[in-house]
Amino acid sequence: MAFAGRLALVLALVVCVYGIAAALYGARRGRRDWVDSGRRSIYCLAAILTVAMAILEVAFIRNDFSYNTVANTSSTTTPLLYRAAAMWSSQEGSLLLWVWLLSIWASVATVITRNRLRDIVPYASSVLLGFGAFFTTLLVFFDSPFAQTHPAPVQGAGLDPLLRNPSMLIHPPMLYSGYTFFTIPFAFAVGALVVRRVDADWIRVTRRFALASWLFLGIGILLGARWSYYELGWGGYWGWDPVENAALMPWLISTAFLHSVMIQEKRGMLKIWNASLVLGASTLAIVGTFLVRSGVLNSIHAFGASTLGIPFVALIAAMTGGSIYLVVSRRDVLRSEHTLDSLFSREAAFLLNNVVLVGLCFVIFWGTFFPLISKAVTGTSAAVGPPWFDRYTVPLALILVLLSGVGPAIAWRRATLANARRNFLLPLGAAAAMAVAAYTVVPISSSIGVVLLFCAAAFVFASVGQEFWRGWRARRATSRDSPPLAFLSMVRRNRRRYGGYIVHLGIAVLFIGVAASATFQHEQTLSLQVGQSTKVGAYTMKYVRATGSVVTDPNHTGATMTLGAVLRVTRGGHYVGTLRPSAGYFPSSPIVPGLVVASLISGDAVDQIGLQSSWRRDLWAAIKPLGTTLPANGTQLPEEQLISKADALIPANEPGADQLSLAYYLLRAIVTHYRNFPPPASFTLIASPLVMWIWIGGLIVLLGGLTAIWPAPSALRSRVRARYLARVAQELGRA
Amino acid sequence: MTALLAALLIGALVAFVLWALSGPFRARAAAARPGDSDARRALESAKESKYAEIRDNETDYRTGKLSDVDYRELDRQLRAEAVEILRAIDEFDAANPAPSD
Repeated sequence: MAFAGRLALVLALVVCVYGIAAALYGARRGRRDWVDSGRRSIYCLAAILTVAMAILEVAFIRNDFSYNTVANTSSTTTPLLYRAAAMWSSQEGSLLLWVWLLSIWASVATVITRNRLRDIVPYASSVLLGFGAFFTTLLVFFDSPFAQTHPAPVQGAGLDPLLRNPSMLIHPPMLYSGYTFFTIPFAFAVGALVVRRVDADWIRVTRRFALASWLFLGIGILLGARWSYYELGWGGYWGWDPVENAALMPWLISTAFLHSVMIQEKRGMLKIWNASLVLGASTLAIVGTFLVRSGVLNSIHAFGASTLGIPFVALIAAMTGGSIYLVVSRRDVLRSEHTLDSLFSREAAFLLNNVVLVGLCFVIFWGTFFPLISKAVTGTSAAVGPPWFDRYTVPLALILVLLSGVGPAIAWRRATLANARRNFLLPLGAAAAMAVAAYTVVPISSSIGVVLLFCAAAFVFASVGQEFWRGWRARRATSRDSPPLAFLSMVRRNRRRYGGYIVHLGIAVLFIGVAASATFQHEQTLSLQVGQSTKVGAYTMKYVRATGSVVTDPNHTGATMTLGAVLRVTRGGHYVGTLRPSAGYFPSSPIVPGLVVASLISGDAVDQIGLQSSWRRDLWAAIKPLGTTLPANGTQLPEEQLISKADALIPANEPGADQLSLAYYLLRAIVTHYRNFPPPASFTLIASPLVMWIWIGGLIVLLGGLTAIWPAPSALRSRVRARYLARVAQELGRA
Repeated sequence: MTALLAALLIGALVAFVLWALSGPFRARAAAARPGDSDARRALESAKESKYAEIRDNETDYRTGKLSDVDYRELDRQLRAEAVEILRAIDEFDAANPAPSD
């Protein structure tokens, strides 16, 4: 079936090339049949790649190690759910996932626009099929997921234990959905510029897909941050890693686009800006894909060095050059129809918001690529770390939060001083009250940055809350709805507006969590003996006892040995909670004869965090049971001397199964010894306020995004349209 | 057996692709109605956007962001723009009548 998979990819490439040619020929010659045939190529691509995905998934599920990608990333000991997801832990499998998702979303876009934008669709189809051709070319000629080895190995290398986390099941599909969704507004932007048509219809289609990209990418980024916090053992959720930054940059640019496209809709302004933003966001999404696969920058998220760097650079160069050419050559079509009425208007606030977002993106871009820039200029690669990023992003983030409270409270076109007084009084009052609280009740006054951010957040809460209150009151005044129904119908009738307000609330909540946890975190990394305590902020953490267990799992689906600790946490003498961090030791593959006991635990070691989370603070602990380094394989193992002695006890001439049985017995004895006579262990202990606000804020942003993207009920649209039609017709009659 | 399955699978895929891609050449082209044209669609979208703008303006007024005077002036302006769009739609329909059945 691998051969069928390879043929399917070749067929996919042929279909892409045909589709591009058919769509362009049909557009040039005005031949609807050729255009439709080109459009159908997208559906065919989706069908073919679905078959290819299914072939590879079956291989993973059936443990067919003749497939190199299955052998490299899975094993008989990998649980079924992770086996099914292991496909996208490999370079070639993730490329297949990428292009499959692209074909699915492209098919959805093609169905939605089947009777619209007929002059634009051929060019948009060509661009989408062009992306399809690029990725299938990589799969056919560079990195095939159907490459095989014969004879097939008996066992696979297994999935990296760091990836055995529920977040990692969904994080890559979400992230790739975001990246691939960006190709659709890109394609329609290119098509619109080619035919010189950037009207309201194009905006409607493009905006919805840009919002979907923004939503998926945002979910992907948040899941990645959660994985980092819960799994990587350093206690942080954002490290300004190049791959993290590469996902954030298109998200920032698309946030800017989603705001400024509203101005284009209403006033016909910022067309050059919007075209540049949508083209830029998509290009940055491809840059993000490139960073993961090229190995040009070090990252825990990257697949490592590969031969794919040059093709990706060529694609990015083509996208950048083509985008610049189109925007410059079509600047007559992109001329603004109006100018800014007033600097004190929602348009002006959105414009400032966009400048800040683009500025943030530029800072992150500069910092991310600084190693390459410095190497090109000075010959030496120099990296910048989190302090550099924080120095420049924090002030911009503060302005962003503030603007998310200004926008809802200000009118389109122009606001008057009288209205400004009315609309800003409450939010300013809330900000002032927060400032007073910061220096009296809430213990944050030691950091002016945090105080300012809390004040900005209070401003946002009050501003958005005021909008909901007034909108609800206005709805109740004009309808007979009950209070809850009035609220729901208010949101339903204006999902974009209120969905956006909910997003702003979520951003404020998220940034409160980030500011507080980053600034007021207390951290200790130290060695403790059983019975010893240490203070972490206001909390006392005592190492009560060591824990340890051995799992006899012939299938080796999890850690063979787990060593941990019980930590008792008190505050002011009162019991707060118990943390149970541990370290899981996985078997190496294969089991080394003569080192059976060591092999059972010298594979990957994974931290299992001890965590107590509440809305006020997180208590976080990680443990590294101390040991010495075995020279043979460099793995740091606890109880190294005992392990060596245990290995020496196992007769070399025993059958393998008996050796293994004895090894488990001896390992249990070692773990019992560890529990009873634990050596000092190294702990990382953290007390961090308001971390949960980050995840809650993210959920609120997600809710707002879903509210904004949800289509309005068509019956309602018809009724509203009919009513306005009647009113406009009435005016016409009077004129 | 696996080889046979693979051959059948690829054969089915190729057949499906050929059938799908040749479909538009085999079907009779449907007569285009004025309502289907891009220009008409663009006008409809412009109308929807203008109505959304009128509603937004009203919401801004009801939530206290606009004074009486500003609201009425803006509302008049937006409705006038809506009227122009409706006129453009009527002119388009008059110039592109639907074919009689």
